Amino acid sequence: MADHNPFPGENNTGHFWDDNIRELNNPPPKWWMIALWVSIAWFVLYGILYPMYPVLPWQSQEGGGFTKGVLGWTSIKEFEQGMEQVAEVRAQYETQIASMTPEQILDDPGLTQYTLASAKVLFGDYCAACHGSGGQGNPGYPVLADDDWLYGGSMAKIVESVTNGRKGAMTAHQNILSEAEVDQLSQFTVSLADGGEGSEAGWKLFNEKGCTACHGQQANGILAELPDGTIVTVGAANLTDSIWRFEPGGYESAKHTILYGVNQPGVEQTRDAVMPAFGDSAGSLEGKLEPDQIKKLAVYVHSLGGGQ
Amino acid sequence: MDELYAEAHHWEVNTGGETIHAKRMPGKWRRIKWLASSVWLIFFLGPYLRWNGNQAVLFDIPNRKYHLFGVTVLPQDFWMLSLLLLFFAILLAVVTALVGRAYCGYFCFQTVWTDVFTWIEEKLEGSPPQRRKLDKAPLDARKVRVKVLKHAIWLLIGFLTGFSFVAWFYGAGPLWRDFFVGDANVAVYASVALFTFGTYLLAGWLREQVCFWLCPYARIQGVMLDKSTVVPAYDEARGEPRGRLQKGQSSADRTVGDCVDCNQCVAVCPTGVDIRNGQQEGCITCGLCIDACDAVMDKVGKPRGLIRYASLDEVEGKPVKPMLMRARVWVYTGILALALAGIMYGLSSLEAIEVKVLHERAPLFVQLSDGSVQNKYTLKVLNKSEQDLTVRISAESSAPIILLGAEEPLLTRSGEVTPMIVFVKIKRSDLPGETLPVTFHATTTLSDNTEIAAERESAFFGPSR
Repeated sequence: MADHNPFPGENNTGHFWDDNIRELNNPPPKWWMIALWVSIAWFVLYGILYPMYPVLPWQSQEGGGFTKGVLGWTSIKEFEQGMEQVAEVRAQYETQIASMTPEQILDDPGLTQYTLASAKVLFGDYCAACHGSGGQGNPGYPVLADDDWLYGGSMAKIVESVTNGRKGAMTAHQNILSEAEVDQLSQFTVSLADGGEGSEAGWKLFNEKGCTACHGQQANGILAELPDGTIVTVGAANLTDSIWRFEPGGYESAKHTILYGVNQPGVEQTRDAVMPAFGDSAGSLEGKLEPDQIKKLAVYVHSLGGGQ
Repeated sequence: MDELYAEAHHWEVNTGGETIHAKRMPGKWRRIKWLASSVWLIFFLGPYLRWNGNQAVLFDIPNRKYHLFGVTVLPQDFWMLSLLLLFFAILLAVVTALVGRAYCGYFCFQTVWTDVFTWIEEKLEGSPPQRRKLDKAPLDARKVRVKVLKHAIWLLIGFLTGFSFVAWFYGAGPLWRDFFVGDANVAVYASVALFTFGTYLLAGWLREQVCFWLCPYARIQGVMLDKSTVVPAYDEARGEPRGRLQKGQSSADRTVGDCVDCNQCVAVCPTGVDIRNGQQEGCITCGLCIDACDAVMDKVGKPRGLIRYASLDEVEGKPVKPMLMRARVWVYTGILALALAGIMYGLSSLEAIEVKVLHERAPLFVQLSDGSVQNKYTLKVLNKSEQDLTVRISAESSAPIILLGAEEPLLTRSGEVTPMIVFVKIKRSDLPGETLPVTFHATTTLSDNTEIAAERESAFFGPSR
């Protein structure tokens, strides 16, 4: 720093380098200073209104944390308010759904739209693990998007299946039938599935061995049709269509099912076919879904492509 | 080095430490500036324009409908907005390349509003020296009266600006009806308040500071100008060395240049620059210094045009490239034409209905018990018309298909997207391969009996062989 200022009247700080380079002392623009002070005021005010400043451990009973702000704002409160608003929007639909049958819901396009959107979430939470995200059925589980129903595809039957669950049953025939008989019955079901008529010997064996008791006289899984059109089944597969209940389908699959049955205790290789109950009545998942939720799911499943 | 420090002295002016009180002088460019500014009357009067009984241009944000002279644009058509923005961005570029910051000098709201604000200031407080005197004068009754009146008028203009702006979005009629009785919503009051005080602050107080420090366009202009760009330029060869006019000296006796160093060009400059230092960041190319210099040249009996609109090449005496020989003119014009063509195409091909087809992916297809294959589609039918429409859906393909779920026509509300789930069934034996194109048709009849149709191609999926 020079003792003598060679550039007087220039508003420099008195700092010089290389004789002619010097540091000037020009203040920042006024608007810039105003903006700075407004920002600082904003910072302080914000800190008073909203949670902001850290609190040191010895300054509070909870041992730290932060100032809560005089407005008492928290993100969880904001979230809850948002959820209340959502519930308000939903309420008009929900009250309608509560007083309607699934069929009535399906008749109202606007309500159906709401129900499908709402049930999609439920389906993802409770059903998709086995039946696939779009009802396409994971391997070994029933496809919900087709028109083949073990227990019926009417709204009432779907509600029943979801509410009470389902448990398939088929005797293991490994000790009942001879190897030749198993072979013959397996070939018989494959021929039916391929659209064939089935051999006379096959039908004879099918009747003799009591398969009709569950699969019906026509092997289509229907035991009887009541005068009001209700179809009576026990959940046995329709053997005459091209859809196979157990993957991959065909001779080996049929043979396996005949030999070891479905849900047979003590038979190691038996087929698993259990759907838990989601409704209020019984089962391990008792009360997991409200009746209205089941109603929505019924509409959703019915609309997947094969509802009757 | 010394130049740098000399510039530092001017620094106070450039950062708003000293208010610029620009002198107003009449002239050709002053008149053009008023004419150009009057374009903004559209901003104030436009919302009152009617078209078929509705506001001609209304940007209805809550309902997401944008009405332009009978055409309704929905958010789905917003690709046209990007072309519109491209058009104006390139227009700005081409104008800047040709004639510099003409937008800044003549059309920019900052320039225009500041011009009006300072005009009011001059009417109330007097000429620049009187204004400077008044600013320094102690507060007395007259000063208070003049200042209060000035700020009140400024705020009123700010309010009118905000009110007119909101009218484009809220509708002028409803705004007049709702605003003054407190029936408009919070967003309306907040927007008007923001614009009122924003206008007041930016045009009343910040003025040229906005151009210097806030405006990004002022910064990118540097790369858009070149030596053939026409800007207000000081003819240095003719003007220098500058010298004051001596009393009694005839112009023929002058040994110095034509510039009489009267400083009028600086006095009239709204951003406080000295054009004789050449084109610089503060210059908004408004041409007011040309008017000032021409008036002085007339007085001292010299030809006009010491400061004039000229390119740097021209001032330096280099050959001037004709406009059509410049590559950027062609490139910019090409982009402009493309954007314009796109917008024209978009506006002319706006159909009343639009159908989108979403193929279900989980599962891609379902095998049915009768051996046929079924695909599920979600159709989204958009009704862009002003009326509710009943839309009939059909599907066709090269193989025989059965369409399920579209037996009843679909009711679509005006301006809404209505989803619809349909199924297509094809016999497995009819499927030529794993996929098959399927075309969905949506047809409807408008109230004036015109048939409207939309179609969308999708695909049908089946099992692999």
